[in-house]
Amino acid sequence: MTFTPARPVLVASGCGGTGRELAAYDGLDGLGGFVTRTLTLDPRPGHPGPRVLESPSGFVHGTGLQNPGLDSFLARELPWLAAQGIPTYVSLTAATLGEYAGLGRRLGTAPGVTGVELNLVPPDLPVGEVYDAREPFQAARVVGTVRASLPPGCVLLAKLGADPARLLETARAVHEAGADAVVLLHALPASFDDGRPAGLGGPALRPMALRAVHEVRAALPDLPVIASGGAVDVDDVRVFLAAGAVGVQIGSALLHDPTAAARAVAALEEETP
Amino acid sequence: MTDARGPVHVDGEVLSVKRVGALHHVTVVAPGIAERFRPGTFVAVSLPDDDARLARRSFWIHGVRPTGSHGPTLEIVVTAKSAWPRRLVALGQGARLVLTGPLGRPFALPREPVTCLLVGEGYAAAPLFPLAERLRERGCVVAMLLAAPDEEHLLGTLAARRSARSVTVVTADGSVGVRGAVADVVADQVSRAGADVVYAAGGRPALHAVAAAAEQHGAWSQTAVETWQPCATGLCHGCPVPVVGEDGVGRLVRACTEGPVFRGDRVQWVAWEAP
Repeated sequence: MTFTPARPVLVASGCGGTGRELAAYDGLDGLGGFVTRTLTLDPRPGHPGPRVLESPSGFVHGTGLQNPGLDSFLARELPWLAAQGIPTYVSLTAATLGEYAGLGRRLGTAPGVTGVELNLVPPDLPVGEVYDAREPFQAARVVGTVRASLPPGCVLLAKLGADPARLLETARAVHEAGADAVVLLHALPASFDDGRPAGLGGPALRPMALRAVHEVRAALPDLPVIASGGAVDVDDVRVFLAAGAVGVQIGSALLHDPTAAARAVAALEEETP
Repeated sequence: MTDARGPVHVDGEVLSVKRVGALHHVTVVAPGIAERFRPGTFVAVSLPDDDARLARRSFWIHGVRPTGSHGPTLEIVVTAKSAWPRRLVALGQGARLVLTGPLGRPFALPREPVTCLLVGEGYAAAPLFPLAERLRERGCVVAMLLAAPDEEHLLGTLAARRSARSVTVVTADGSVGVRGAVADVVADQVSRAGADVVYAAGGRPALHAVAAAAEQHGAWSQTAVETWQPCATGLCHGCPVPVVGEDGVGRLVRACTEGPVFRGDRVQWVAWEAP
């Protein structure tokens, strides 16, 4: 069966905190899913600041994947998300295929996990710090490994990097390897002024993400697409849905307005009775 | 789910902008925030229709008036030293702002009536004035140390005299009070006041000096830190502060959510000040 999120608007990875911060503003109401910040097997302290800077119509973002690690997430964050009844997608990255398999096995059976989203190419880490999945066949190996480790029914999303030349090849490869949907696009590879790697996200990326959605939908009509890239309000959500996306993630907009996703949901529901 | 004590995200309206020396006092009608305010919390502000500049700007709440003729208002203190705050202070009465607050953990208040020293540097002294009022309500003895580069950037010496038993002023250029910085005088101030608790808000070197002086004299310190907070709501993890937890383990936490007020002995000042 083809994947469709419960409702069309989701919170993008890394932009919703642990979920609790958004809930303070009723920011999770009516969402089709919450994607966690990227988790790794072991805790990561993250980079010292600055980590997030303004760029015109965007953010240059590089936390160094600060996260509490799998054990702490399962003990302290997941139960709360499960209690909210919101479909939770856990964003993952790992250093080896074995680590990916272990993460998939433990998360796939954890109560409250709807699916996982693979952060295949974190733009804010130097190449080599995690499993190098820039080549389509490597991305497919990760997807295949995690697919095999997940129980049936656990959704597997693959978030693809912004590499226009390899986009279709990568999308086809991860689909064949077992991804239920692709998330387009990841933040663009960028840099802080001091040369540290970072990702550029935000409304500046919207036209690029839209192009990627159109191209993948045209070439691979059987592959569901979730759009991620610069959507800030209901108008953007509508544009991505019209382009054929089954869901739209809202990310950077939440840093500017924690109610952005919930407002888009409310506006969408008002118009589609 | 929005609870009576949590932050709210609201449309506000500029009521007045008053210039005092080099500082601007901006009063905003902000329903929901004034009622929930506790000293040490802050407010995140964005200018409407600003599509290119997406990060929020954080300001200490200097005071609130939950019931006024214009509705609940709050006051922030702004130094217009870069483009964004210059746009803010140029707004006229009635201009719309988007505000989120009150955000962060406030100053912890003592249960007993104790002796407190409040140390503020420049505009960052803003949250200490409502704090002084709360401490006095609890029967605490309050002394204040206010510092600034010069008289123009000094906040509220007059108000300080109303709520504090003693007020000491230091300026870097000696234009008013004693010539010097917080670090030069704070140890002497802590011992002279016989302070049990030192509350401080200002730059990192000043807060480091406060934490060290408090520890040396066996006093508690509560330091309100300031750093770049891109979202100010805990979502982006963009405001890391190195601290030592109760378990003795060092970690990076968010200034906006786990702070902005930290126990001074918990912050790893040397690591944080390193370039």
